Amino acid sequence: MKPRQKRAMFIVAGVTGVGLAVLLVLNALKSNVSLYFTPTQVMNNEAPHGRSFRIGGLVQEGSVQREKDGLTVNFVITDMAKHLPVIYKGILPDLFKEGKGVVAQGKMEADGKMHAEEVLAKHDENYMPPEAADALKRAQAAASGVTEANVVSTAAK
Amino acid sequence: MAINWFKYSAPSTFYGLAGKMIPWFAIPSVVLFAVGLYIGFFVAPVDAVQGEAYRIIFIHVPASILSMFLYLVMAGYAALGLIFNTRLSSMMATALAPTGAMFAFISLWTGALWGKPMWGAWWVWDARLTSELILLFLYFGFIALHASIDDPRRADRAAALLAIVGSVNVPIIYFSVKWWNTLHQGSTIKFTGTSMHVAMQEAMFITLLACWFYAVAMALIRVRSIILERERNNLWVSELKEVNS
Amino acid sequence: MSVVEFFNMGGYAFYVWGSYGVTLLAFVIEILMVRHKRKITLQQVRLMREAGEEA
Repeated sequence: MKPRQKRAMFIVAGVTGVGLAVLLVLNALKSNVSLYFTPTQVMNNEAPHGRSFRIGGLVQEGSVQREKDGLTVNFVITDMAKHLPVIYKGILPDLFKEGKGVVAQGKMEADGKMHAEEVLAKHDENYMPPEAADALKRAQAAASGVTEANVVSTAAK
Repeated sequence: MAINWFKYSAPSTFYGLAGKMIPWFAIPSVVLFAVGLYIGFFVAPVDAVQGEAYRIIFIHVPASILSMFLYLVMAGYAALGLIFNTRLSSMMATALAPTGAMFAFISLWTGALWGKPMWGAWWVWDARLTSELILLFLYFGFIALHASIDDPRRADRAAALLAIVGSVNVPIIYFSVKWWNTLHQGSTIKFTGTSMHVAMQEAMFITLLACWFYAVAMALIRVRSIILERERNNLWVSELKEVNS
Repeated sequence: MSVVEFFNMGGYAFYVWGSYGVTLLAFVIEILMVRHKRKITLQQVRLMREAGEEA
């Protein structure tokens, strides 16, 4: 390869790299830098109509219901202020749990539910062994006035 | 003792100094990796939520931190070279770029392998992941731009500009989980403290240190080659022991 | 904890060892590359010096 060709090749590679970077930035800005909308934003009509978007929040405690086919799941996403029902058919990630973070992508349909194509679990930034997590849960339960018996029964599940 | 720092900013002096410094970084790196991974895999307990999968953290977080930190150091050296016209700082910037790119790649790779079992996706276009990918492309852009210009001093200047402009991306990566809704969780290590079990913390800090020592060793070996390449017409190079052997 | 259990990583073996395996591979490749670069550079410098002596 002649030095001239080599130079040209590197320039093309450089320009492509920088161009790709700028493209990604613009793309991220265009489709809104935030990955998901909260249920409150959806209720305030801030989410797009008629096309797919993501909502994020917590899976409401006691809201997960599996249908008879074993694949379809109904649950409610909450941000502690507003709630939004979601219906999803497919495999859920390992970390999908009541009371834990979730991001669902889909469209709002006429039945007032989000029909999700994809459900992702969102975990927090805390890392601790199971014993510490149990102790924390017990302390929180005690603080919120829940009886010890209730906590033990939830933990046993 | 007063050290004449300017003496060591001459490539000819730094070449020998760097050669002596390499084992002081390479050997601790190996030891720290062994200790850190031992604690990470055999002492640190399993995570209550993520089970054993969380152990990816002991390479994912150090690689991510290093990819951002090395970029800032690289941009700093490049800026010094641009402002003071010091050859050695520009050479250091060039020597750091491939290692930084490698850490950015490891950050993305281990992140994908962590995201799939935990989140349910290899990749999402959230602000944290996208900005880290941009960091990898900035490293590629720096390396390619530098290689595309034949005159080394001109190449230094052009690549330095790119490095300096690109450094705005680093705070964006760091604060992305705060500024926007992302699938990626918030920072475990915060300025105010750490939300992590002690043994897990120890393992992570030790592997972080190991990665830092590794990066310095690699940069020093690389900068010695760069110095030789650029100074090959000088007398001191032709008098070197390794050239005459 | 048995050896089999350790390597199984609670069912996440592919993800955990896939992360560490590729990291190790990347390190090895980088180390080989910097050593190769040093070898090539020294060769070039020697060649230049010999050419200079002959001239």
